[in-house]
Amino acid sequence: MCGAPTQGGSLAGIDLTTQTVIQGSVWHDGAPLAGAYVRLLDATDEFTAEVVTSPEGEFRFFAAPGNWKVRALAPVGRGERGLAAEVGLNETTVVIG
Amino acid sequence: MSRNDVLVTADWAEENLGTPGLVFVEVDEDTSAYDGGHLEGAVKLDWKQDLQDPLRRDFVNKEAFEALLSAKGISNDDTVVLYGGNNNWFAAYAYWYFKLYGHENVKLVDGGRKKWELDGRALSKDVVERPATQYKAKDPDLSIRAFRDEVVASIGSKNLIDVRSPDEFSGKILAPAHLPQEMAQKGGHVPTAKNIPWSKAANEDGTFKSDEQLAALYDEQGYDDTKATIAYCRIGERSSHTWFVLRELLGKPDVKNYDGSWVEYGSLVGVPIEK
Repeated sequence: MCGAPTQGGSLAGIDLTTQTVIQGSVWHDGAPLAGAYVRLLDATDEFTAEVVTSPEGEFRFFAAPGNWKVRALAPVGRGERGLAAEVGLNETTVVIG
Repeated sequence: MSRNDVLVTADWAEENLGTPGLVFVEVDEDTSAYDGGHLEGAVKLDWKQDLQDPLRRDFVNKEAFEALLSAKGISNDDTVVLYGGNNNWFAAYAYWYFKLYGHENVKLVDGGRKKWELDGRALSKDVVERPATQYKAKDPDLSIRAFRDEVVASIGSKNLIDVRSPDEFSGKILAPAHLPQEMAQKGGHVPTAKNIPWSKAANEDGTFKSDEQLAALYDEQGYDDTKATIAYCRIGERSSHTWFVLRELLGKPDVKNYDGSWVEYGSLVGVPIEK
């Protein structure tokens, strides 16, 4: 129940007819960035969750339909991206400039 | 208690790695984090394997806690310095847990693993072994732990602080959004609870806000200093973070953590729920 899921990887076992999955990767300098802290902010900019990107720079959240913001924080800088999510798979990329 | 008694900076931690009498302990939700690199000399506590009863939903008992700390090489006289991932959620939980079993000197590293990593500080993969001790725990201090009946009885009378995100409070989602949203419990919150998310007490790098900022935060949210307080979240880890703020940083009296939290409350038959 509480083990932090491994980020990225297969969607097997995830019911995309009920789950609102927001996933993607963090990029910096033309390459995926591992170990970045990615937080999901709700429509009022309040913290909802945070994960650390996988070795491939991937992150994944289980949210709900609506407007969200994904913000990445790493020693090299920060970046963010807004998105409107729907039930199913919602993919996005966050670039740290 | 004041901030300096219970919280240390990453700088202080770095300067004091290896100091006799200090034991650095990493506590994580993602327990593989430690294996990928930890503070030099730190031992690992697995939030689930080490601190939860393997059968029932409860803590390990006093004897098991004594055996655990003895095996980890922690003695009663040691100052335990806790840190971890998730903005110190599980380290704060362990802090509360150590206090429950009466450990005298416990501190948190401000910002935990996140700040440490963002600062680019050194991590070690060395295997840490400490000689076993004969740890003796005290009986659980139930003045800091709330159970479900007390929560129900506190509706409308105590400060009930729901520290989950606004979307969990409203029942829009049932768990923090890094976990799949399939749970048995109903969505919503305990009637009369105020939603003061744990995250409002922390900076983006995981450090705690200043005492002045924290005092203003709870004041603005209508925290009643004349009443006893119960904090809860989903499983009791984020509410440990808030318990730490209220009791240890701000020094408020009579603050309990309800570790049963929403996973328990939202599954109870017949209790009132608000959405």
